Amino acid sequence: MSQRPQALPESADEIARAVSAGQALAADVLERSLQRIAALDGRVKAFVEVFHDAARHSAQALDAARAGGAELGPLAGVPVAIKDNFVMRDQRTSCGSAILEGFVSPYTASAVERLVSAGAIIVGRTNMDEFAMGSSTEHSCHGPTHNPFDLQRIPGGSSGGSAAAVAARMVPLALGSDTGGSVRQPAALCGVSGLKPTYGRISRFGLVAFASSLDTVSPFACDATDLALCLRVLAGVDTRDATSINAPVPDYLAADAPGIEGLRIGVPTEYFADGLDPEVEARTREALAILEIQGATLVELAMPHTRFAIPTYYLIATAEASSNLARYDGIRYGRRAEHPADDLNEMYTATRHEGFGAEVQRRILLGSFCLRQGYVEEWYQKAQKVRTLIRRDFDAAFSQVDLIASATSPGAAFSLGEKLDDPLAMYMNDILTTPANLAGVPGLSIPCGFTDEDLPVGLQLMGQALDEATLLRTAAVFQEATDYHRREPVL
Amino acid sequence: MSEFEITIGLEVHVQLEVRSKLFAPSPYASGGEPNTRVSVVELGLPGVLPVVNERALELAVRAGIALEGQINQRIHFDRKNYFYPDLPKGYQISQYDEPFCTGGRVPLGDGRYGQLERIHLEEDAGKTTHTSGGSLVDLNRAGAALIEIVGQPDLHTPADAYAFLTQLKQILQYAGISECDMEKGLLRCDANISVQRTGEAELGTKVEIKNLNSFKMVQRALEYEARRQTATLANGGAIQQETRLWNEEKGESATMRSKESADDYRYFPDPDLPPISIQPAWVEELRAAMPELPAARRERFLHDYSLPEYDTDVLLQDRNVADYFETCAEACQDPKLASNWVMTEVLRALKERDQEITQFQIPATRLAEMIGAQINGRISRNAAKQVFEHLLEHDQDVTSTIEVLGLAQISDPVELERIVQGIIDANPQPVADFQAGKQKALHALQGLTMKATKGQANPPMVQEILRRLLDSP
Repeated sequence: MSQRPQALPESADEIARAVSAGQALAADVLERSLQRIAALDGRVKAFVEVFHDAARHSAQALDAARAGGAELGPLAGVPVAIKDNFVMRDQRTSCGSAILEGFVSPYTASAVERLVSAGAIIVGRTNMDEFAMGSSTEHSCHGPTHNPFDLQRIPGGSSGGSAAAVAARMVPLALGSDTGGSVRQPAALCGVSGLKPTYGRISRFGLVAFASSLDTVSPFACDATDLALCLRVLAGVDTRDATSINAPVPDYLAADAPGIEGLRIGVPTEYFADGLDPEVEARTREALAILEIQGATLVELAMPHTRFAIPTYYLIATAEASSNLARYDGIRYGRRAEHPADDLNEMYTATRHEGFGAEVQRRILLGSFCLRQGYVEEWYQKAQKVRTLIRRDFDAAFSQVDLIASATSPGAAFSLGEKLDDPLAMYMNDILTTPANLAGVPGLSIPCGFTDEDLPVGLQLMGQALDEATLLRTAAVFQEATDYHRREPVL
Repeated sequence: MSEFEITIGLEVHVQLEVRSKLFAPSPYASGGEPNTRVSVVELGLPGVLPVVNERALELAVRAGIALEGQINQRIHFDRKNYFYPDLPKGYQISQYDEPFCTGGRVPLGDGRYGQLERIHLEEDAGKTTHTSGGSLVDLNRAGAALIEIVGQPDLHTPADAYAFLTQLKQILQYAGISECDMEKGLLRCDANISVQRTGEAELGTKVEIKNLNSFKMVQRALEYEARRQTATLANGGAIQQETRLWNEEKGESATMRSKESADDYRYFPDPDLPPISIQPAWVEELRAAMPELPAARRERFLHDYSLPEYDTDVLLQDRNVADYFETCAEACQDPKLASNWVMTEVLRALKERDQEITQFQIPATRLAEMIGAQINGRISRNAAKQVFEHLLEHDQDVTSTIEVLGLAQISDPVELERIVQGIIDANPQPVADFQAGKQKALHALQGLTMKATKGQANPPMVQEILRRLLDSP
């Protein structure tokens, strides 16, 4: 038995180093995580399920392997929370939906497999908007998750559970998925760091599909160092995902990497338009000034098609979702409604009506509509054309600059229930994040200050395809100069 | 000239001969206990993704080449959305507006062709069986790799439809694309038929016929439907656009569903599958490596083996039968004799046993050896027939079979002369008859010789010796 240090390490990087070196036990790190969850999650409600037994078993096995002389992976002993839309063998997956009632997966998602192979301990699954459709984590069959910085407010969404779990320091790392901002926006609202990599950088195999051409596996952490560590484990081609990219995976925060001296950061006018909360704008401008002090050059830019991002996103994402969610029909798994024995259509209708929440039904209807014969050219296909224009905006921008910066969310966390009756107002939360998904480029959100009400504000940085390294390096430089990311919520 | 004109278009689904499904790497062969040959991908479980099976794509492109279609350079897959219990994802991955192959044609066997609209790749659905206790779903074949061959509406008789299917099957078998076994569901055909008054520019209302389980059934169903539509129109009635189900037992079809409104499948490109660019160099490589197709083989059988057209067509109907014949002919060096044996005895035996040639008890080289024994006189034609029957039941070589059955022919002139002399000595009456000019008596003596030798005497030699001994003073 190795000697136990007084204080356990906090960050994923420190935990993995300490556990690998035998300076800390994975089992102890896990217990601290489980204790914190037990103490706080009754109020935060980040987790849908905590895998007490399985996690303890894994941690003990890891410690035993270490004791037996085994070399441990880069995430050795790091407790990780997983959004409830990644499947894990012999575990339930609900996607925040009643329709997946009782579903237990016979296989594990690629991303989770990679985490586990790297030594991570999976502590549980986290709450989310149903099928990742939402920006507040209120649309869940398990009830809402609360923002650790203000329990009366939403944590953002759809990966609100994972964001809140990291914000409340229950875990140092969590997995989410970002389709239109579902990781960056809750990261901003919960005061943590969230990275949406390039589309295809991380395998989607085992991530329950919402909108296939936009869904991106995306990690949360407290800082850029842990995001880089996690991305290096997750990134890479997967033969089970035809859209995964076969490109080398670099050391994202290599020690010899340059600073940001001379880095050109684009500031698009369209991202600072009406609707941006003045306090959010102020924190964002201050953050840009800090980056300028660190040696970056700010370049004013025009990205003229930005205003079409929301309609384009909501046409494409709902069209794909209407098809992706067709499999939840009550035939093979999940919930099946009571129905007359001889009427198949009745069974489908009743099952899907009972199983899906209102927001999911709204999006399935919208998506089905825009794929209908006679409408598909006018809606879905036109949206694809506009998507190309938005992508070209990014191409043009990146011919002038290395990164693009903006606020992550137009406002700080709003109150629970505030926008539930106004879907359109809810959709506008994604206005600054959907363009990166449509273009497939990487983006991250890092804490860049607080409002007068002490609510976190996030800075969004977007980079060129496969250039996560520049994003992470810039985020790391910003975090060396600031301590917003160290501010913990008072719970 | 007939008052009505018939127009037929066929849609043929063919399962490609690949050992895994179209979008999943797990091993697959058709058949099996229900729901035992299906992986998480074809089950459409949450989170699964399709990945194109390259071998299936290659076979599909080869089919396009064999059917003389144009292989398109850029292809993609689309989702065809509809709900049904045997469609686990709620959509079928198919090709809508960019099929891998455009055009193509199928010979009708007499110099004419049936033109193709297109060929596309798609995954199969599972199979639903309706029972009194409820509906049963078997997902074994869900996700299996299919090509759909869409014929143009340019066939005008049910017999042409039959010829189209026969030739199509032959080509696909020859090109190694599919076994095309209809009983195993490896080839499925739907037929569209319309009837219009001769000379009218516009085609009549189209009716689709399903549940066609053999090529003959296709022909019969089309004949029935042509009669039905013609009679309806002749009586001043109108044809409803509908799908009809063929009932082979009753020899008639009945309405399955009327198509008042077209189905809306909400097609869109599958975002899980990036477009594929087909390299022309690869297509040329496949074209160069294409196995011999029926037309070329037919020429070769007619000229190199000097077989009659009739023999050639019978042998070519099944690629494996033609292979069997060819092995046999090469080994025994007498193509016509080999053809006679294969066309008559071998095919009869297969039919009686309800077997495929690949399951046949007698290997081609063994049959060749037996034919060789017939050619060199070791056994008579009749004895060969007995050897053949024996070989059907026993895994034995030809030489020992001849021995066991005691069928070796007596062709030793000294031995034969001794036997024949004995017959002459023992039967003075027929000898006298012959010498009195009764030719028939010779046959009687020959028969007695054969009887005495249990049929083993070489008949031409017996006749020759009889004549010589009786003619000699």
